[in-house]
Amino acid sequence: MKKRKERIDRGIKVRSTDIFALSSWREMIYLALPRLLPIVGCLMLPIVLGVYWQKVLLSVAVFALLAISWDILAQTGMVSLGQALFFGVGAYCAGVLNHYWGVSPFITIPVAAIAGGLICTLFLLPVLRLRGIYFSMVTLIIPIMLVRIIEATKIFGGTEGLSGMTPLPSKWVEIYLIMGVLLTVLFCFRRMLDSDYGLVLKGISDNDRSVINAGINIYWFKVQSLFIAGSIGAFSGAFMTHVYMFVGMPVFVLDYSILPIAAAVVGGPGTLAGATLGAFLLVPMSEALRGFGGLRIVLYGVFLVVFIVALPEGIFHYIQRKYHQFERWVEVEK
Amino acid sequence: MFIGTTIYALINTAILALMAIGFNLTFGISGIANFAYGALYVLAAYGVWMMLNLLHLPYLIAVVAAVILNLILGALIYRFVLIRVRGQGISEVIATFGIGLAVLEMFSYFGWVGFEYTLPVLIDRSYIIAGTYVDMQRIIILVFSIFLILGLWFFTHHTSIGLAFRGIAQDERTALTFGIDSDWIATLSISLGAGLAALAALFIIPLGSISPGEGYDVLIKALAVCIIGGLGSTGGVVMASFIVGFAERFTDTYIGSHWTMIVSLAAILIVLIVKPSGLFGKQKELEERI
Repeated sequence: MKKRKERIDRGIKVRSTDIFALSSWREMIYLALPRLLPIVGCLMLPIVLGVYWQKVLLSVAVFALLAISWDILAQTGMVSLGQALFFGVGAYCAGVLNHYWGVSPFITIPVAAIAGGLICTLFLLPVLRLRGIYFSMVTLIIPIMLVRIIEATKIFGGTEGLSGMTPLPSKWVEIYLIMGVLLTVLFCFRRMLDSDYGLVLKGISDNDRSVINAGINIYWFKVQSLFIAGSIGAFSGAFMTHVYMFVGMPVFVLDYSILPIAAAVVGGPGTLAGATLGAFLLVPMSEALRGFGGLRIVLYGVFLVVFIVALPEGIFHYIQRKYHQFERWVEVEK
Repeated sequence: MFIGTTIYALINTAILALMAIGFNLTFGISGIANFAYGALYVLAAYGVWMMLNLLHLPYLIAVVAAVILNLILGALIYRFVLIRVRGQGISEVIATFGIGLAVLEMFSYFGWVGFEYTLPVLIDRSYIIAGTYVDMQRIIILVFSIFLILGLWFFTHHTSIGLAFRGIAQDERTALTFGIDSDWIATLSISLGAGLAALAALFIIPLGSISPGEGYDVLIKALAVCIIGGLGSTGGVVMASFIVGFAERFTDTYIGSHWTMIVSLAAILIVLIVKPSGLFGKQKELEERI
């Protein structure tokens, strides 16, 4: 007697999402819960947590932003192995503006986000005409080489870095600024990926030639996607510059490249929510493992391999499936 | 000074070609970019070091054992990890990168860095060629990489496995109809790439010392050379090694050692702008890639 697993949508899912006639509180809660949970969670957590874990929450949000930026790029078929490039360029933009001209953080952060996105786009422009692997290789190389360039030319403080940035007015401004941006980015870009525009981006990664056939200039779309991802990454870099009140070569370290990828892969690529979830799982875990030092990165590497091989859909898709569908074993018909 | 720099540039070329050839072979045959390449390189070096200094085995046995170990490891990586994500470029890159990362960071966690972590040179002697000191190890590297590249050329053009490699590289489906098992060939390609990484480590490491950072360095240099030369083309690797090798040495001598990396980066960006598939890249053509 052979059996197979059958997955069927829950009745409540069919009633509440397909027909659009909400008739009970239960259905409304079913629809609203997955959206409200992260919003309420992100807004409440800073109040509940102590000072130390508030700092952890800051880096969770920063890594979540980097993971989202990685995910948007990956959705367009560009696998970046160097999110540190976006982070670092943003950090240096804000740092230079604040250090040399004393511009206020509320101007440097948005300016650095836009300018950082533009600079990263320009850096990676030559690679856009190539597919897949070339992009990964060049993104892996560029942050490492930028470090050497800063070392060699001694620009922007060289190995010492720039210190004495203006901090943000208070820690509440800090934490709610980054939380607000995280939620906005998460929900807006999720919506963008579901729209026709997002469909084109996903089409480029699925089959770029048929997108070209449809008369769409894929390079222009890739540039836009790169700019969006670059800006998100640069924003988190610029933000961190003002939190640490320092910018230097450490902004290009491997952590900023690896953790976002690990978060997106563990959480589940393709939904942005998965990337955020991954960051919320991995960053506190790595904080708890701080005592082990370098072993954390080993762990990320192992996570990457295990999740890619064993659970390629990621945690978010798994939870989503359980939420929307039920499973049962049925006999295979002869 | 000019002649000396030229001699060292030639040697640098040989080193770069030796580093890149394994990565290039794997990619050329199976289309898998093995980002664990740097880790395999360092792993072989540490393997030999452990066998020499902890187990006190003779040099020859240690070397052979390390190369065979790397060959097996490469095959295992394909059989247990990559075979499940074969054909999905993104997953292949992330999986191999994850493996490489785990191995390299493991070694740096152990803190095995320092001058005692090095391998013995093959023959400890040096010569004066045209007024420049050149030690025997560097000459051996130069000769060995020439032989290796010629050997690989012979292997891929005149043996049945080599021809099967090229068949898979040209057109996987047609090769399948000729009874070439593409999974087996892909296993062999990664395994051979790992073996070449081990060989490269054995010859190059005696010039410096073993460290996890070396793994990243090798990966990046291999990538740089392969991108400039055009992924998967052996001629391209040799040509690109010449360009990068000479550019690095001459900037080192005449401008400053900090600038060598910048020259490589500039070379990559310029090549990608002018000729996106690399100097000898045949990415867009259905021609042989070896």
